[in-house]
This record gives sequence, structure tokens and C-alpha cells, in this order.
Amino acid sequence: MSRAIEDTKKMIDEVLEVYPEKTKKDRAKHIAPNDPSGQCASCQVKSNVKSRPGVMTVRGCAFAGAKGVVWGPVKDQITISHGPIGCGQYSWWARRNYYNGQTGIDTFGTMHITTDFQEKDIVYGGDKHLDAALDELKGLFPLAKGIGILSECPVGLIGDDIEAVAKKKVKDFNMPIVPVRCEGFRGVSQSLGHHIANDTIRDHILGKGKLETTTPYDVALIGDYNIGGDAWSSRKMLEEMGLRVIAQWTGDASVNEMGIAHKSKLNLIHCYRSMNYICRHMEETYGTPWLEFNFFGPTKIYESIRKIAAQFDDTIKEKAEAMIEKYKPKMDAVIEKYRPRLEGKTVMLYVGGLRPRHTIGAYEDLGMEVVASGYEFGHNDDYKRTYEVMKEGALIIDDATEYELEEFTHRMKPDLVGAGIKEKYTYHKMGVPFRQMHSWDYSGPYHGFDGFGVFARDMDATVNSPTWDLIRRKK
Amino acid sequence: MRQIAIYGKGGIGKSTTTQNLVAGLAEAGHKCMIVGCDPKADSTRLILNRKCQNTVMDLARERGTVEDLQIEEVLLTGYRGIRCAESGGPEPGVGCAGRGVITAINFLEENGAYQTDTDFVFYDVLGDVVCGGFAMPIREGKAKEIYIVTSGEMMAMYAANNISRGVLKYAQSGGVRLGGLICNSRETDKEFELISELASKLGTQLIHFVPRDNEVQRAELRRKTVIEYSPQHAQAEQYRVLAKKIADNTNFVIPTPITMDELEKLLMDFGIMESEEALA
Repeated sequence: MSRAIEDTKKMIDEVLEVYPEKTKKDRAKHIAPNDPSGQCASCQVKSNVKSRPGVMTVRGCAFAGAKGVVWGPVKDQITISHGPIGCGQYSWWARRNYYNGQTGIDTFGTMHITTDFQEKDIVYGGDKHLDAALDELKGLFPLAKGIGILSECPVGLIGDDIEAVAKKKVKDFNMPIVPVRCEGFRGVSQSLGHHIANDTIRDHILGKGKLETTTPYDVALIGDYNIGGDAWSSRKMLEEMGLRVIAQWTGDASVNEMGIAHKSKLNLIHCYRSMNYICRHMEETYGTPWLEFNFFGPTKIYESIRKIAAQFDDTIKEKAEAMIEKYKPKMDAVIEKYRPRLEGKTVMLYVGGLRPRHTIGAYEDLGMEVVASGYEFGHNDDYKRTYEVMKEGALIIDDATEYELEEFTHRMKPDLVGAGIKEKYTYHKMGVPFRQMHSWDYSGPYHGFDGFGVFARDMDATVNSPTWDLIRRKK
Repeated sequence: MRQIAIYGKGGIGKSTTTQNLVAGLAEAGHKCMIVGCDPKADSTRLILNRKCQNTVMDLARERGTVEDLQIEEVLLTGYRGIRCAESGGPEPGVGCAGRGVITAINFLEENGAYQTDTDFVFYDVLGDVVCGGFAMPIREGKAKEIYIVTSGEMMAMYAANNISRGVLKYAQSGGVRLGGLICNSRETDKEFELISELASKLGTQLIHFVPRDNEVQRAELRRKTVIEYSPQHAQAEQYRVLAKKIADNTNFVIPTPITMDELEKLLMDFGIMESEEALA
């Protein structure tokens, strides 16, 4: 075992020391020093299992995964939070999934639509209520192209037959009505919600859209939720390199796009965790290949562009090179401006299912080092992809508790922490520079050529803000 | 105020027995209340002499929420001042009847249905305690006494034993106790002896053996208890005895449920069930 690994191991042991015996043993399996070589057996973290009761986990639930992440951004579908009002209210457009359209007329992304269960709906069942709600929505929003019924916990507990209601209305309305059984008590995190949502896309939408013509350059952009305009910035690039983006899932997506992605020549997947299921399905059923890519920071962008172009003919390869040529000076200028201000700064990340590894390259482009990273709901395959892109001895942490995050921050003293809204204010109080890396702290886009400049500016503004010194307690 | 819950296998005669014995208590001068905890809402018809009363949940559904109800609308007074409420709930196969029981009991509590001058409150609970909602009457601060209605039929005894298990759970966490078994006779073989033995195995008593009599059905058809319909009849006297025994009961225990094997052995010991060797 190398020195770096041993040092990190020692720090982990110290942090876990305060836990009771059982908790210590359990949590020890989820935290490890990084070993890119894969030789250290104890450096593989355990993931995707139930959080330990009593600890403050950061995780969400299946409803959050299905409604908040996958289905919510589909713009011309009405997404009903089916059940009592809270789940819908607190997941109301929390991820800033931008879209084009006239809200309330032909798009519904920022609207909060719920069946608002009352006691009587629990006792007598909510099916009649749902039936009436669907009729009302159809009358209010005639241009809606579909309706999603996303179950909250009580619907599953009382066993309402939402599938039967949906089936009946599909005939009446002649559009997809998708019952999604994403009750929050299912699974260990929001991850199962992604899977459930993927399965409903497969069962109710995929294969049913219209695409008049196909070209050899058709691709689908999968797993980009257009947070702060991310997908737009990615799409622009794919188009500039000569590809035709026939579907964008699910940021700024239409129901029709959701039904035609299998017709693409190649599915390009950004957030692997939330949408690999449907990509695998399209590969097995329609033979559509898929490719993971990363549009954070110029190094990864160039690499990804070339990897994508390599799947197509020379015209695409040439355009891709020309595009890189064109934007490289712009990227270099960003680096030139911000790198001196960020060089050598360390970063600790604790995000969802993609950014803990995908943003590392962008930080490195700015001369920063990610010294710790972890996932709320990653699986083994996510961690495998992470070990190789981090330095030996870096901290890898799965399903972190608030205590652990704070404690590791005290010990590692990162210059920047990137995590979610629940962590944000703790770090503000600690006087540690913090970025909200789920929805870019009201900023963005961060993807692509357009995004890197914004990313660099935001990281600089955060790390080098004089505010933090004023907050930190004087010794 | 004594709060008492009546449990037992579906169709065993809980509602009939409860209403008849409450009539007996009322006749003896006690102030009583019955809370029906069954979506079928048939726990009060013999006291109110009417088909079916407005239930808490049905009215709540009509009005929108339970907060829109007035207590007088759902708490009615029948034979000898017995006050009656029904939780109500959904038809079979939809919604959550258990939640209905919880909502209804909370409503009754919050709106002062439990008056301090009440001597007895009886909860008549749906046959199988299928979920937490149907255990509501025996949770903290409510019924402390339980009687299980059974007969000499095997499945009724099986249910009685099963309910004892539920009582055991709540006895450990709260103060609920088993007051005894009520045998509502089906005239099966050696019924009295069998239920007496089962009661002793469960650590409790057979508080009363109610014989089978068609007068009960005749009274029921007229939506009356036997005590109201034919007060001189011998069956009316049986219910008066049961009422008195319950009023005077001091034998409250934490039950000792038995295993399925023990229950079968009991039936074999009484020669009701043949052992596997005998069958072979």
C-alpha cells in the first residue's frame, strides 16, 4: 500500500472513530482511499444499499428520481404529482430544466400540478379523483401531448389502480398517459426512481413517435436535463459537427422526441446513471448503439468530440476537427484568464450520479485538483469509472452523512466544496467556499464550449470571494 | 369510563353480541356508547332501530373534509340513551379502510364524543385486524379491555388465537389487557368445554357462553336487540348476564397465545380432529 493510500486510510479511521461499533463497521465499507491501479481490494467502496438509520443521509427518494429528474423536464407533457401536495410542491421545478415554449399553453415545465390528496382520497381511494383530474387537465390544456401520473407514497400504500385509470383515458384522449409507480418508499435512493421512469418510457412512449425522414447523421442526446441551458449548449456543438439531434432526453424534450430516440444512429449518453437502462433497452431491441461522453471542460470536450466523430464518416470527423480548431482559442482564453487564480486549489465533490466524476476534467483544466469525491446514489459501475480518473489516495465516499462531510472538510481543508442545497448552508456557516453542483447555483450552462467559461467564472468568483474570510471565526 | 374493544372472526356475531350486551348494560342504568369500526357500518342498527346511520367517513367524503362535520350529525342516540357512531369507509377493494377508522376515532375524540359521564365505550371492530388502522381502538389511551367473540369452530378459534397475538403486542407497549372470550354458540361438539380449555390456554376466562337461539334473528329482522324486542325471553336474560359479568369483571390478563400445533392438538384431545396417525 502506498503512502498516500495509507494516510487517507488513517484519516478515514479517525473520522469513523466516533461512531458506535456497528455503524463504524458499516460506514467503513462506503469510504475508501482511491486506488486507480485496482490492486487494493479494500479500496472498492460498497454502494447502492440502504442508508444506515440514524445518520443524516443526503439522498432523495424514488419519486425525486422519477419526477424530479427523468419525467419532470419533458415540456409538453403534464406531469401530475399524484398524492398529497408536499412531494410535488417541494420538487417543483427544483432543477431549473430550461425549455422553449409558452408555459400553460403548449408547455408545462414550470407548473405544479397535483391531485392534492385529502383524507377522503386515502380512505375511499383516489382513482375517481384522478379520473376527474385527467378530464379537467384535458379541458384546461388542450395542447398537452401527454400526461404522466407520478405516484407518491400513499397511492402505493392504499393500492390505487392508476394503471386502469390511465388505460381508460388513453383511449378517450388519444395520447400517452403514463402511470409511474415511483412511490418514495421503494428502493434505497432516487436511483430506483430513474430506473422506474426509464421502464415507463420503454412501455408507454418509445417507438410511438413520428420521424419523417432519417439521415446517416442522426443522434439522440440522452441524459441531459438542460439545467441552466446545458442541453442547448451541447446540442449546438453536435449540430456544428454535422450531426442531426433528433431527440433530446429529457431537458427541453417533447413527448414525440421521447418516442423516436431508437431511430438514431447513435445514442449519446451524458448522465449514465439515470438513463443507461433505456439505452441498453434500445440497443437490445432496436440495435441502437450508445456511447458515453463528457462535455465538461475543454480536455474532456475535445476527447468526447473525437470519440463521437470516430463513429461517423470523414465529413463529420473533418467538421469536428474544424470545430475544435475554432473554439480552442476561446477555451485557451478562459484558461489563461482563470487558471492563475485557481491553480493548485483543491476541490471536494459530493453530488448525485454523474458529476462526481464528469466535472473532474473541467477542474483540472483550471489547474484545480479534486481531492475527494462521492455519490449520493451511484452504483458499482459509477465508482469503477471514478477510480481511474482520480489520484491515488484521494477520498472516495458513498452515501455520505452530513457528519462525515463536515469532518472530512475540517481535515482535508479543500478550497472549494461542490455539493447540493442541503449541504450548502452548513458550508456557508463554516466559511468554506461552496458551489451547488446539482443546479449550478442559479447559474449555467456548464456543458460544452458555452458552459466552460461560465463554469470557470463561477468557480473563481466562489473560491476567490473575500466573503469567506469574513465568515470564518477569528482564532 | 371503561373503553372496551370487541374483536373476533368475521361473521361470528360481534356486532349482534355487542349491541345486545350494551342494551343489557344500558338497561342496568349504565351510560354507554358504541363506536363501529367497520366499513360495513352495521354496528349500531339494532340500537338505533334503523337501517344504517350516517358514518363519519361517508359524510366527510360528501363535504370534502372531516373538519366540515358537526358531531351531532354522526353521533346519534338510540335505545336507552346509548350513543352511536360509525366510522364508515370504502367498499371492498379500494382505498384504505384502516385509515378511515383512525380518522373517525380522532374526529370523535377531538369533538368531545367521549363525555366524562360515559360508563362504557364499546368498539366493534372488523373481523380480521388486517392493518394498523384496525388496531387503533386498542392503542395508547383508548380501549384497555378486549373481549374476543368466538365459537367452537376451528377457524373462529384460530382467529381468536391470532387476535391474542395482536393483543400481546399492544399489551407489551401499552396497557391493553384481555378480559375474556365470549362464546357465541354454534352448537358444535363439546363447545363449552373446548372454549373453556382454549381460554385457559390463552391465560384468560370464558366469560360467558351465549347459547344459540333464533329469537336473536327474529329481533334482528325488526332492527332491535333481544332485550328491546322481547325482554322476557330467556335469551334476553343471557345477554343481561353477559353484561353483568363484563361490568363486574376484574380478570384482565396479558394473553399467552398458542402455536398452530398446540391448537390442533387441543382439537385432537377433544376428539374433534383426528390425528394423522389415526387417519393413516
